[in-house]
Amino acid sequence: MKMKVVFTFPATNVEEPITYHLIKDYDLMVNILRATIDPRKQGRMVVELSGEDSQISRGLNYLERVGVTMEPLAEEVRHLQERCVSCTACVPICPTNALDVDRETWTVSYDAEKCVVCLSCVEVCPYKAVEIFLE
Amino acid sequence: MPKTIEEINAKIKSGKVVVFTAEEIIDIVKEEGIKKAAERVDVVTTGTFSPMCSSGLFINIKQPRIKMKLGGGTAKLNGVPAYAGLAAADLYLGANALPDGDPRNNHHPGAFRYGGAHVIEELVAGKKALLTATAYGTDCYPAKKREQKIGLDDLNNAFLFNPRNCYQNYNVAVNLSDKPIYTYMGKLQANLGNANYCSAGQLSPLFNDPYYRTIGMGTRVFVGGAQGYVAWNGTQHNPDAPRLENGTPCAGAGTLAIVGDLKQMSPRWLRAVSFTGYGVSLSLAVGVPIPILDEEMMKFVSVTDADLKAPIVDYSVFYPTGEGQAKLGDVTYAELKSGAIRINGKSVPTGCFSSYAKAREVATFLKNWIEDGDFQLTQPVAPLPGPSAGKEAQA
Repeated sequence: MKMKVVFTFPATNVEEPITYHLIKDYDLMVNILRATIDPRKQGRMVVELSGEDSQISRGLNYLERVGVTMEPLAEEVRHLQERCVSCTACVPICPTNALDVDRETWTVSYDAEKCVVCLSCVEVCPYKAVEIFLE
Repeated sequence: MPKTIEEINAKIKSGKVVVFTAEEIIDIVKEEGIKKAAERVDVVTTGTFSPMCSSGLFINIKQPRIKMKLGGGTAKLNGVPAYAGLAAADLYLGANALPDGDPRNNHHPGAFRYGGAHVIEELVAGKKALLTATAYGTDCYPAKKREQKIGLDDLNNAFLFNPRNCYQNYNVAVNLSDKPIYTYMGKLQANLGNANYCSAGQLSPLFNDPYYRTIGMGTRVFVGGAQGYVAWNGTQHNPDAPRLENGTPCAGAGTLAIVGDLKQMSPRWLRAVSFTGYGVSLSLAVGVPIPILDEEMMKFVSVTDADLKAPIVDYSVFYPTGEGQAKLGDVTYAELKSGAIRINGKSVPTGCFSSYAKAREVATFLKNWIEDGDFQLTQPVAPLPGPSAGKEAQA
């Protein structure tokens, strides 16, 4: 099972090494997509978790015990095809090739499955053809 | 046997004209050779769709009952200032103009969400813009204030007059520094993180007529969906740029000043763009038909991306300050289009600001226009300055 989630943890828990425990104690793969963690401030981390279903639910129970709230990632990138002109400005910036160009037709396409919502494309698209969508 | 523009136009009229795009002609020349292809093909169409920053709109606004002299006053369209240094009812709205209140780069990088190009795109899409104007008032033009929503119907004239479009070639922009930078060539990631280029390559108009043999003053072109004209050589037109053996320049070189009726244009071919950290610009479709007068012209239009080269330039130090290494190398458009190029031994992913998909659409649209008999070719009224014409420019 694989899921994209947002962890929010209170300032008091910023020093808990949650990533370490998720990997070591629950055998989960933790791919950190974005993180804002400052000492003495509330932290936020967007991660992709993958592993056995039972391990994931045990890992999430652990997070609850240590005061980390968890919600599914509600942000998505939307590719507005009517605004996209397939210039390819986004292509070298996209870290996962979610935005890619077919080098025969030269049209740019977007694969939501590959997108890690890093939002790099949003600031480089001159046509505003990608936007952040909040579910 | 050489052909004349008149002979080609007669064929367009009779429906017998043979037209291909600058991409299609490549295989035809490979199969048939220059000589045979030059005999049977009359026109090759080019196309490009790309940000063309030095663009803007002249408008003439219908006078209200109490007349007003905008010249010497102030005028804004949707808050974007227009140049009011002309006569009573003429304004010029530059594509890069920004509302006074725009934060610009105060919080770097600025977003530049709205500017002159957006107003132009909205007018073309049939929307109205709010004109707010002040004037000092005269005996013949007493009104001092005007606030009115205006659309294309409220304008006697609306035509793009773009001082510099269709750069013959352009830099490949990279960043050698250790911080990302925001440029008119997009966001350039630190340490050669990406390489951005901006040309339709083998489809681009001036790559197909490198010495401006057929493109000159008065040449009829496709612009933004309308039939427009080459008004002059563009600003910074530099025919003396270094050239390859095939005649194409391996740096910026030639440019065109283009004029076209906005009322005939379509949002399909004209779009506002916002470059984070840089500003607002206008993307525009331009297509130029190349008459195949003789074998030399056929040779010119058969160039491929592998025959065209662009210089790789560092935009962190060299471009802004002129210091450091002028050029990190040359690269062909075929290499750029492969998705990655090698610079200093590193594989660098490439991105483009010129849409090749749209360039194809433009060239095909223009081809169909000519085949349908609705677009006649023109003999230039005067040539553009060529190499050694004493018109070297510094960009």
